[in-house]
Order: sequence, then C-alpha cells, then structure tokens
Amino acid sequence: MIKTRKAILTRLIPSLTSLAKRGSAGWMVIIGLFISVTIISMTILGPWISPHDPTAKLVNPPPNPSPPSLDFPMGTNLLGQDMLSRVLSGGSIMLQVAFLSVLFCFIIGVPIGLLSSYAGGIVDKTFTLVMDSFYAFPGLVLAIAIAAMMGRGVVNMALSIAVVYVPSYFRIVRSQVLTIRELPYTEAARAAGAKGRTILLHYVLPNVVPSIVVVATVNFADAILTAAGLTFVGLGVGIDVPDWGWDLTKGRALLPSGAWWVITFPGLMIVLLALGFTFIGEGLSELLNPRLEQ
Amino acid sequence: MGLRTYIITRILLTLPMIMLLLSIVFLIIRVMPGDPVLLHFEKKASEEAMAEMRRILGLDKPLYIQYFEYLVGLLRGDLGKSMQDFSPISDQIFSAFPATLELAISSTLVAVIVGVLLGVKASQSYNSLWDHSIRTLGIAVYATPIFFLGMVLQLVFAINLRMLPANGRFPPFLLEPNGLTLQLGIQTPDLVPIVLWFVPIGFASLAICITVLKRKRLRFWPNGLIAVLSTLLVGWVICMYLAWYFPSARTLHIKTGLYTVDSLMEGSPLKFVESIRYLFLPSITLGLVLSGVFTRLTRSNMLETLRLDFVTAARARGLKEGAVIYGYALRNAFLPILTMMGLQFATLLGGAILTETTFSWPGLGRYLVDRINFRDYTAIQGAVVYFAVIVAAVNLIIDLLYAFLDPRIRL
Amino acid sequence: MPLLEVNSLTVDYQTRRGSIRAVDDMSFTLKKGEMMGLVGESGSGKSTLGLSIVRLVPSPGIIVAGHLEIDGISLLDASEEEMRSIRGKKAAFVFQDPMTSLSPVKRISAHFVELIRAHEPRIGKEQALLRAKATLMDVGILPERIDDYPHQFSGGMRQRIMIALAITLNPALLIADEPTTALDVIVQSKILDLMKGLREKYKMALILITHDLSIVLERCDKILVMYAGSFVEYADSMELHTNPMHPYTQGLLRSIPNVELADQKLEAISGSPPDMLSPPDGCRFQPRCVNAQERCRMERPPILEPEPGHFVRCFEVKE
Repeated sequence: MIKTRKAILTRLIPSLTSLAKRGSAGWMVIIGLFISVTIISMTILGPWISPHDPTAKLVNPPPNPSPPSLDFPMGTNLLGQDMLSRVLSGGSIMLQVAFLSVLFCFIIGVPIGLLSSYAGGIVDKTFTLVMDSFYAFPGLVLAIAIAAMMGRGVVNMALSIAVVYVPSYFRIVRSQVLTIRELPYTEAARAAGAKGRTILLHYVLPNVVPSIVVVATVNFADAILTAAGLTFVGLGVGIDVPDWGWDLTKGRALLPSGAWWVITFPGLMIVLLALGFTFIGEGLSELLNPRLEQ
Repeated sequence: MGLRTYIITRILLTLPMIMLLLSIVFLIIRVMPGDPVLLHFEKKASEEAMAEMRRILGLDKPLYIQYFEYLVGLLRGDLGKSMQDFSPISDQIFSAFPATLELAISSTLVAVIVGVLLGVKASQSYNSLWDHSIRTLGIAVYATPIFFLGMVLQLVFAINLRMLPANGRFPPFLLEPNGLTLQLGIQTPDLVPIVLWFVPIGFASLAICITVLKRKRLRFWPNGLIAVLSTLLVGWVICMYLAWYFPSARTLHIKTGLYTVDSLMEGSPLKFVESIRYLFLPSITLGLVLSGVFTRLTRSNMLETLRLDFVTAARARGLKEGAVIYGYALRNAFLPILTMMGLQFATLLGGAILTETTFSWPGLGRYLVDRINFRDYTAIQGAVVYFAVIVAAVNLIIDLLYAFLDPRIRL
Repeated sequence: MPLLEVNSLTVDYQTRRGSIRAVDDMSFTLKKGEMMGLVGESGSGKSTLGLSIVRLVPSPGIIVAGHLEIDGISLLDASEEEMRSIRGKKAAFVFQDPMTSLSPVKRISAHFVELIRAHEPRIGKEQALLRAKATLMDVGILPERIDDYPHQFSGGMRQRIMIALAITLNPALLIADEPTTALDVIVQSKILDLMKGLREKYKMALILITHDLSIVLERCDKILVMYAGSFVEYADSMELHTNPMHPYTQGLLRSIPNVELADQKLEAISGSPPDMLSPPDGCRFQPRCVNAQERCRMERPPILEPEPGHFVRCFEVKE
C-alpha cells in the first residue's frame, strides 16, 4: 500500500514538471489543479478548521450583519453567523452536486453515445435528434424546470443539471467513435477478426476517454455555476447547511445596506472553484489538440 | 442549391425539433411529477378545491387528450391558464416578453462589441502580455456566476456611487400605475450621482478629443475649438436634462414595450436616457459574462484569417491597419461569430433569468422565477415552452441570415 | 540614381527551435523601368526578400540588418504611416495565389475604391470607380464586372484583377511573387506577357519572383539568382545566359529543356537544399557544388564583380 502510494507520488511529480514544460497550456492545468485541490481540501477540512460553527446563529451579538473585524475576518451575516466559517465549509453542496452530475452524465451520456454510434441507422438518427433537441434547449431553463418539478435535494439537483449536459457527452463520444472507427489500426483489428465488443472496449473507448475527461472538467465548472444559479432562483438544497450559493442569494437582500462582505467572499469562492476547473479543462483540451503554432 | 430550397429545407428541419422540445416540456411538467395540482397545494388543500382546479385547467382528462389540447392550444398561441388566478398565461408572457427582448438585444450588443474588440486586440498581439491577459479575462468572466457579477456592479455603481439605478426598468413615477408598482411621486434630485457622471464623461470626451487631434495631426485651431464647443454642447445637454427631469415627469406611453424605443417614439430624450440608465447595469452584466465566448472565438478566427493571403495583399496595397483588420480580416471572420450568436442565444436566455432576478427586471425570467415560488406549474410550463420556441426561432433566423450574408451561398 | 537599392539586407525568422536566416546579406540595385527576374528554389528566401522590400515580412520574421531605399527614401527608417503611403503607391505587390488574394466577401469595386481612397482620400467614389474601370480594361477584364464578387471569376481573371489593383496608382515598382505558379500553362504566358506590356505602358520597374529560370530568361533585363537565402549571381539576362559564372547558375541553365537542341542532355543538380536551421559552413552551396574545395567549406566567398555589372558570390571567379 505504502509502496504503491509512493509510486503514484513519484509518477505524479515528474508528470507535473513535464506539464510545466508544455508551455502556457501546461501551466493552466497546473494552476487549475492547484486551485481546485486547495478548495476541495479546504471544504473537506472545513468543519475542523472553522473558528465557529458555520450554522450557529448569533455568534456575533447584534447588530448584524457586521463588517469584517478581527474576531470575524469576513464579517457576519444577517443571522449573526460567521462568514469565514461559512466560506470555509460552504463548498460541500456545490461540490457534491457537481461531482454527482458529472457522474450521472458519464453513466448516461457515454453508453448512449457508444450505442448510438455503433448501432447506426434509425437508432442513431433518433438519439441524435433527441439529444440535439435537449442541446438546443436553454440549459438553465431546462434545469430550472426539472428541478422545480423534482423538489429539493442534492441528488435531484444533480440530476436536473445532468440532463442539461448529457447531450455534450453524447455528441463528443459519437463524433469520436465515428472518427476512430475509420482509423487504420481499428480497421486492421477488424480485419484481423476482432469482435465488435473487443474493438469497442480496447480500441475505441481508450481513445474516447481523453476527450470525455476534457468535457467532464469543463462541465464540472458549468455544473457549479448552474447549481449556484438554481440556488439563486430559489431551488437550492436547504437552509441548515452552509452553502456559497445560498449565502449569495440571501446576501442580495442586504445589498441596499451596503453589506458587501456578505456576497463578496462566497461569490469569489464560486468564481475560484469554477475558474480552477475551467483552467484544467482548457489546458487539457489545448494539450490534447495542439493548434498550429504561428 | 438555390436560396429558396435552402430556406424551405431549413424550416422543415426545425419543425421536428420544435415538436420534440414541446413534448419534452410536457413530459417534464405534466407527466413526470404525476400530478402538478398535488404539488401545487403540497397536499394542504381539500379534495374539492383540487378537483375544481383540475377541472378548470383541464388536468382531469386522460394524458393523451391533455397533450393534444396542449399542442392545439400552442398553435393558437394559447398557453393555458395560471394555477394562481386562472388568468391566461399568454397575456402575462406577452407583456413580460418585451423587457426580456430589450435586455437580450442590448446585452448581445455589449457581448459582441466587448468580445470582438478584445479578441481582435488579443490576436493582433499574439502571445504577448495583452494576449494572455485577455484570454485569462475571457475564462474568468466565463467562470463568474452572472448574479454575483450583477450584485457586485449593483453594489459599486448603484449603491455606493449612486450613478445608476439598482433595480427595475424605469423610474416608477414615470410609469402608469398598475397596482403592482409603488407610486412614490416625484423625487427630489440627488446631485451626487449626477456629479459623478461627469468624471467618466469628461475623461471619455477628453480622450476622444486628444485621439482625434493626434490622428488627424491637427493643430488646436480650429479643430480644438470644435472640441471645446462640442464639450460645451454636452454640458448644455446635461443641464437641459437636469432642468427637464422633474417638470416633464409625465408617464411613458407604452406602445412596443421596449422602453428605449417607446421613449424615442415619444420624442423624449429624458425618458430615453432614463431607459438606458436602467438598462445599463443588467446588460453590462449579462453582456460581459457572454463576451468571453466571443473573445475566444474572435481571437482564434482572427489568428487564422490574419494569416490569409488577402490580408497581406491588403496591407501591401497600403490600406490603413484599421481598414485591414476590421474591413478585411474581421469581416471574413464575422460569419462564425454570427453563428456563435445563434448558439449563444440559449445561454443568453438562461443568463437573462438570473440577471432579471438580480436586477428585478420585469421580464420573462423574473416571471418564471416568480411562478416557481408560487408553485404555479402551468405558468412554469408556459414560460418554458415560450423560451424553447424563441430559441428555436432565433437559431432558424440566424441560419437564414447566414445564407444572406455569405456571398458564396447567396446565389 | 537607381530606383531600388538593397544593401546587405538580412532577415531572420525567430522560431522555437532557433533562428532561421531567410535572407542573408543581400545586395542589388534596380534602375527605373527595369525588369528583373528573381530566381531561386522554394524556401530560398526569395518571397521573403520580396516582402521585406515593403517591410511586410510575416511574423515571426524581422529585418535584422541592412539598408533599403526606394526613390531615395530610406525604408527602414520610415514610420509606419510613411510605409503605408509607399505600399501600393510606390511599390505594389502581386501575390502567388489569386484564389486567396482577394477578400471573398468584398466586391471587386470595393477593393479598388478602398485602395484609391487610402492613398488619395480626396477622390470621390464615382471618380475612383472610373479609374478602376479604366485599369480593368488595361488588364483585359470587362469593366461591367466590377461589381461582381471574387468567386465569380476564374483564377487567371482574378490574377488580372490583382495586377489591375497593383497598377491602379501607377507605382514605380511592381513586385510579382510567383504570379503564375498557381495558373494553367496557357494562362501563365498570357499573364506574363500582359505584365511585360503593362510595364512598358506604365513605365514601371518590375521584379518577377519565380522558381523557373526559363520564364524570366527571355522576358527580363536582369536576373538575380538566390540560393538558401544567400546571393548567388546578378547580371543582365543575356550575359547570365551566355556566361554563367556560379556553379549553381550553370546547373540551373543545364536543367532547362531547349527545343532547338534535339539531343540535349538535361541535368539536375544533385543533392537537396540545406536545412535552414543549421546551414552549412562557408559557402551555402558547397555541399552540392561540383567544384567545392577546402576553402569553400571554411569561409563565405565575397560578392565579386568579374565583369562590369556582373556580380557573383564564388571563389572560382577572377576579377
């Protein structure tokens, strides 16, 4: 166990240094990884490192909301809760929703894409038409409609976001399969008598995975933003869990009083988290399909 | 393929997609949850009240008849009745739509202008500091929740600087009272925001004067005089605006529902400026967030186009750099940008929902969010259908526009 | 005074793998109204030389040293705005591929009007169009077609339009970069003859850049041969034809088929051009040269003038 962990570490570090050598795209991946790993570990450690209970009310005596001070470096909100503590552990819902929705997309989108492109004919046409219709739908509107019907909850939210992004997975898998199927080495395998399933699992899937990873990272960022948006229109998960999206939503009512700290810190955290994953996705996609240098 | 065949094929291809979209909406809202009426009341109402609502809304019929009636209703522009007060949803949506349209148009303008300018700048200074900062900015605005940006802008420009209004679409005292808006009466002028406006306006006019003088290599006389006179003119207009603000406070006569157009039709500069002032922050918010996509697209397309022969050829003919970049390179890179406008329209509407909620902008998005809070599922369905149909229609229009604009397709 | 003076011009391309010297210490002069052929293989830097005359070397190329003069104006000292007024007005360009040299979304008329008004802003649109139509007539295009789009013309016609655009403002120098390479053989000679005729009518100097020595031998007054970015030989075309001094020029001449010599043996120059990232030491041509000696590998030969007006870069010749 220890040995393998060491092996993984020694493999990871050189791969990071080799990333740094790949120019700006490699650096984007490194910066993105740094941001997202930091935020994720911060959220996991949140309950232990928070100076106060993030959901305890009136930790600060009235008047509330009070601006940042020595005791409360990020101020307090209307309920007298410590914003720093809420910021430290407020990512959990968003991260859960985003992870789950990417997982759902993966489970639904990839098999359908493989199936559709391999079946061809009427099956393929039908799936493509349905997926294109979903794709043409304004994403947030679709997510709002589904979330409104399904009710609150992390899983429901993740599902309603997944429905929006499944078409992207379907599209990328389908187009990749169609390309890879025509490549010489796949044809050679087929000519050598490999079965359809063997070709699918050993030739096509490994080649599709990199582009799916790119889509997944970019979609992770999108899912975070969509989750925040759903929370903002009143379809969020709940009140008793610290959540950046929820804090932002509640902070809107405090804006006229000029309480900037209530929205700024949770908002910046969402930006950073989404930025981290976008950086990874952008960097990876550039590394995978290097465009011609001028 | 002739242009006519193209148009007909394109329209025919849109129909099955619209049918599918409508069925998806029906499936999500009517079929999936079982009984929307039950959801609406959260089981707190009597059986009779629920049965009565089902009867009025036609929800007691078998699903396939409901589906049929839904489609037939749509063909007649009937989106059903609201669960809240049984009023026709179409009327509410049609009265909310112009606000969203106005926001959509202005924010698209902002997004395209900002995106294209930054994208061109980035492509011109490829791989330089400018390029990298612009690309990072493009990614950063993409990663910003729209309502967060909106709230930050509200906080800075509306609440702290008081330069722009934070909420709404028009000064309430300039609108017909409709029972919903509070009638506050004519307010006393607030001088702080007006004085603050002089800072950006002053800097902008100074910058324009200097650039023009420098570009044209003109001496102060007589062109500097023109600059001074025009600055005086701007000042005079502002004074007139201040003098007009209060006495002329008659309510806006609404014809098109686009307040900018209505105020122009009324010939009232005051109301026009007011409508722009209210439109400003929401469209900047939505436009900035959308601009990232256009920046990236313009940059990559320009990098490709700038390498093409006709750009070098235009330079070799001694055309001005601006004419080469915008007239030759950008004009050829513009068709993909137009396509992107169509593709981004769906994103734009999604963003509009959040922007409208942030700025209390009384459009379709606000309507949808309001209805969600009232658990008014028939109205939610109506709004969602409306969104879907608009997106399909706009994509169709953009595709047709493409055919008209590309001389190689136009036969 | 010569119209164009190029003096030890050096152009580098900065690439990730190192810098490439595309034009190396190039010098020549051209008189008013003269027609010069600039001959070299592809990649020999002839196009870069052509573009650097109007300071349009594509990025990442930079002019690193030298002196350029048109009509007594020093180009490397000129401001960007002065350069702009020289391009198209004093020195005009015709490019290799007519299919891509015109903006596909602009009418032919728009190309002309923009060109004329960029240099003479006081001219009205109507007047500019009249001038454009007259020029189109000169190149054999019906003036009625001025409002058509580029895609409505064939390659040869588009090249005629490019030529018309180049000569509209009556430039003193026309640089044509492989103007016929992308065209059919029959169209080729028509375009070349058209350019030759226009040169006389408009009294302009002409630099014809080509990889094909045969098409410039009979048409041009002077010929400049380049190899791997470096100067090879520059002489009157008759002189060069009858008395080639550089082994490379001799090789080029031997590889041209001649209809009058029935039993002529065509010879190709053995070897291939060098990798420009690591050019050979000494003379650039020495690895392929039949007469190469120890000295050629050690140092660059200087440009010598064995006969008046005949310049060669080779140790073999005696002054």
